[in-house]
Amino acid sequence: MTLPSALKRAAPLLIALGAVAAGALFMMVGLELAGYDSLTAMAALWRGAFGSWYAFSSATMVRAVPLIVIGLGFAFALQGGALNIGAEGQFYAGAIAATWVGLHVGAWPGPVAMLALWLAAALAGGLWVALPVFLKVRYGVFEAISTLLLNFVALSLVSYMVQGPLQEASGIYPQSDQIVRAARIPLIAGTRLHWGIVVTVSLAAVIWFVLNKTLWGFHLRAVGTGPSAAAVTGRVNGPKLLAAALLWSAALAGLAGGFEIGGVSYALYQNLSPGYGFTAIAVALLARLNPWGIILTGVLFGALEAGAGAMQRDAGVPSVAVYVVEAAVIVVALLANASGALARSAGRSAVAQVGT
Amino acid sequence: METAILVGFLAAAVRVATPLMLAATGEAIGQRGGVINLGVEGAMLVGALAATIGASIDGSTTGVLAAIVAGASASAVFALVSIVAGADQIITGTAVTLGAVGVSGTVYRQYFGPEGAGLSLTTLDPVRIPLLSETPVLGPVLFSQSVLGYVAFLAIPAVWWLLFRTRWGLRLRAVGESREAARVAGVRVVVIRTTAAIAGGAFAGLAGASLVLAQVGTFTEQMTAGRGFVAIAIVVLGRWNPMGIALAALLFGAANASQFMFQAMDILIPYQFFLMLPYLLTILALAGAVGHVTAPRELGR
Repeated sequence: MTLPSALKRAAPLLIALGAVAAGALFMMVGLELAGYDSLTAMAALWRGAFGSWYAFSSATMVRAVPLIVIGLGFAFALQGGALNIGAEGQFYAGAIAATWVGLHVGAWPGPVAMLALWLAAALAGGLWVALPVFLKVRYGVFEAISTLLLNFVALSLVSYMVQGPLQEASGIYPQSDQIVRAARIPLIAGTRLHWGIVVTVSLAAVIWFVLNKTLWGFHLRAVGTGPSAAAVTGRVNGPKLLAAALLWSAALAGLAGGFEIGGVSYALYQNLSPGYGFTAIAVALLARLNPWGIILTGVLFGALEAGAGAMQRDAGVPSVAVYVVEAAVIVVALLANASGALARSAGRSAVAQVGT
Repeated sequence: METAILVGFLAAAVRVATPLMLAATGEAIGQRGGVINLGVEGAMLVGALAATIGASIDGSTTGVLAAIVAGASASAVFALVSIVAGADQIITGTAVTLGAVGVSGTVYRQYFGPEGAGLSLTTLDPVRIPLLSETPVLGPVLFSQSVLGYVAFLAIPAVWWLLFRTRWGLRLRAVGESREAARVAGVRVVVIRTTAAIAGGAFAGLAGASLVLAQVGTFTEQMTAGRGFVAIAIVVLGRWNPMGIALAALLFGAANASQFMFQAMDILIPYQFFLMLPYLLTILALAGAVGHVTAPRELGR
């Protein structure tokens, strides 16, 4: 490999690191302006994310799993030209279904109970996007808006569930009972990280394979690149592919919700997700929609989320401050890619269809 | 139905509709130029916070002005990234909203303490218009609103005039239909789009101010709760026309206010379902709206 080609291959990684550095710098300046000690804050952030094996495995990686799973789904849809901004709602739909199943499968053998919970979560996620898909295919309603609006419906639904049908037995707290042991995902010894991480990495491999090595994936990317490109490749059923991409994307977000219930919280409550559905957009974009890259950027953002907690505890900086970093990262990644294929495919889908 | 309930319902509908109307009117300016700004939610949010801080320091007028500046600034960031640098509008807008959540949350806690102590501002007094405010039903509903309520209603014909009766509006709409043709005809596409987006942001800031100063009387994190996104849907429902937008916003206000009425009528449905209603209605209404309307051709590009 010659030097320029090596540089070219490393470019996405350099851009990603540059984007994160720029985002962190941006937040530090902001914190200084707001009167915080930015160095203390950044030190706390680092400790909380990478300070020890326990911090890395049990804080960073635990948060990386949902980000990677949802990020894979977002990338999958966008490769087909569909913008699924509703992952947050699909995550909650999956979490609700997983909780319900998790409370009712006590008599089942462990692996079956666990798989039933995952399946229910993925189905619920897919179901949550069914209306936007139908409206998109039948009436041309722009999916970014319809999926986005359903997030708010999901939040209210969770609020209803934890104060209604799924409320814990004593009826005092706005949360569900803990799911049965059989349905829980085992943890990796010595950590709080569940084995769903292995499934997560396998999913990245499967998605990479489908997108890059199958005819179906080729057609999907053709549809995502633009109608004319799809027409060139011959008989491609655009709406059907788009619907499939959105459904799989939402199923992944739902599965992430199932993982969270089955392997992390064991119970449903409000604010289960600290905005995973939106952070995952940054994760996917920073990785330029590449499934392997999403694993890396997912860990990076998991670290940011984990560090945010430590930052709030140790330096008094509100954890929402990391949203600023995430926003800055998205913007830098967008600017770096502004002339690339990503910009073109996303730009095309962006509301060209609102009124058609 | 008793008149008191009806008046209460209609007044609530108008009150809820006001921020939506302001945000949607502003968003329509950008969309006529082909710019869809999902950052309107974020612009509203920082507007709401700026209004809170401004009003707590120096009274409501300062609050309103601060909100306008904050909303316009948020949209300026959006315009810089998406219009000037040419990045995808939808994702840029999402990022701006995400950043606004972070900035407003951080500043709010820094300013009002780590727990964000619940502060309460005096809301803007209703301004009663002589004679008109005495008319039954319509008087208390339309003619004794806060200043911002009147601004929202007056903005409708003003923006209509701007879009359809001025050279600037003609150029903007030309850009919205065909950037290339407009450019050849000598329109500076980037400048006019940026101006439109920033103007839209100013309206969103004002919407945030009306939420705080005319409706709620306090700030809570993420208090806009998707109203900015609903406003975007309202633009589509209103068919990119200020008059239609006003109507759509009022319809939404009514849907939202229905929960107060149902509560007054002792109908036992969990309140969460009323909270879902406006979002579901928006989505369904979009299905009815699109197909019969033509969006600006360059929208989102």
